[in-house]
Amino acid sequence: MLKKIIIKFLFSFVLITKVQSAESGGMPQLNPEFWISQIVWLVITFGALYIILSKVILPKISDNLESRRSQILENIEIAEKQREESEDKIKEFDKIISNSKLEAKNLFNEARQKVLDDIDKKRSELEKNLEEEIEIAEKEIQNLNKSSAENIKKIATETSLGLIKQLIGEEINKENISTIVNDLTNNSKENRKNV
Amino acid sequence: MAANPMNQFNVYRIGPEIKLGNVDISFTNASLFMVISTIAILIVLNLGAKKKSLIPDKLQLLAELSYSFVSKMISDTAGTKAKPYFSFIFSLFMFVLFCNMFGMIPYSFTVTSHIIVTFVLAAFIFIGVTIIGFIKHGLGYLKLFVPSGVPMVLLPLIVVIEIISYLSRPISLSVRLFANMMAGHTMMKVFGGFVVSLGIVGGWLPLSFSVALTGLEILVAFLQAYVFAILTCIYLNDALNLHH
Repeated sequence: MLKKIIIKFLFSFVLITKVQSAESGGMPQLNPEFWISQIVWLVITFGALYIILSKVILPKISDNLESRRSQILENIEIAEKQREESEDKIKEFDKIISNSKLEAKNLFNEARQKVLDDIDKKRSELEKNLEEEIEIAEKEIQNLNKSSAENIKKIATETSLGLIKQLIGEEINKENISTIVNDLTNNSKENRKNV
Repeated sequence: MAANPMNQFNVYRIGPEIKLGNVDISFTNASLFMVISTIAILIVLNLGAKKKSLIPDKLQLLAELSYSFVSKMISDTAGTKAKPYFSFIFSLFMFVLFCNMFGMIPYSFTVTSHIIVTFVLAAFIFIGVTIIGFIKHGLGYLKLFVPSGVPMVLLPLIVVIEIISYLSRPISLSVRLFANMMAGHTMMKVFGGFVVSLGIVGGWLPLSFSVALTGLEILVAFLQAYVFAILTCIYLNDALNLHH
């Protein structure tokens, strides 16, 4: 069975070539019957194809390609321009930011200095006022110290005068009384010192 | 028994016989597929060129890709001087490509599998390139046959070889395309015949060959169109730039 098939397979080509040579005896390509017709129709069709392609269709395709290319180039150019612009803007913004940082620092320093100065000034003013007031108070105290003794003496003299007058109904020399008062105060002072 | 694998290349008349004087220029199946290819190219490219959107859709992309593909091929091989011939080379590439590809449809006809068609194209390119060369360089174009840096003793031999190789260009160009197309399609037909003759039992092997060959032939169809166009560019480069 298999052998038969293989033999058939091998011989079929021989059979085919035999049949072919028996039928027409060669290639139809070499039969000149329709050569002129083929040439004429080739010239007609290829000529028409060439004319229509070169005059109508190819310029359109070329235009399409050209316009696309120019549009792409244009777009790239625009994009490049915009990129440059944005870079410039970024630089500008950076500058503004650094400037404002500097300004803020300056403002802060200024304000700090001002506050410090203010505090110093107020403090010195306060100190001065305090000193003045202390001085005034000290003076007053001194004055009071000085004048109180005199006053006490005066009051003592007067009250003694009044008392004596009521007790004995007689006017006594004021100077005498004051000397006595002076003595007494001195004595008491000495007594206090002694104590 | 399977049909003759060469029958697919038969040219037959479609419609009435048209005679111009004594010459038969009837519309044949070959003419039909030339017309179909041309119309297909024009429809696809026109649809692709009509929309002018910034982001192309599929058809527009197809048209623009083939445009830039051929444009790059020309500028790579022949430089900027070849720009005026762009339309011609583009038409040539698309025509050969579409004829090859339409030939891959079963029961269709492959225009480029006929030596007369490819030879007319190649001869036109050859004559055109030669005329361009003589217009650009005058008789200096003959320097193409005298390569620089060859010892004087060898020069006569080299010149003869160069002239033969130059004159054989249209033949090599046309036979390359024709033979590739014919061989591929014949082979597919033969393997197809094997599938039928070996039947359900033994037909699987040639069937798988057939499938693989279809892929290969689609590749060859593209490749041969590319080779045809790029060789045209190279010949054009010789005529335009003349640095041999």
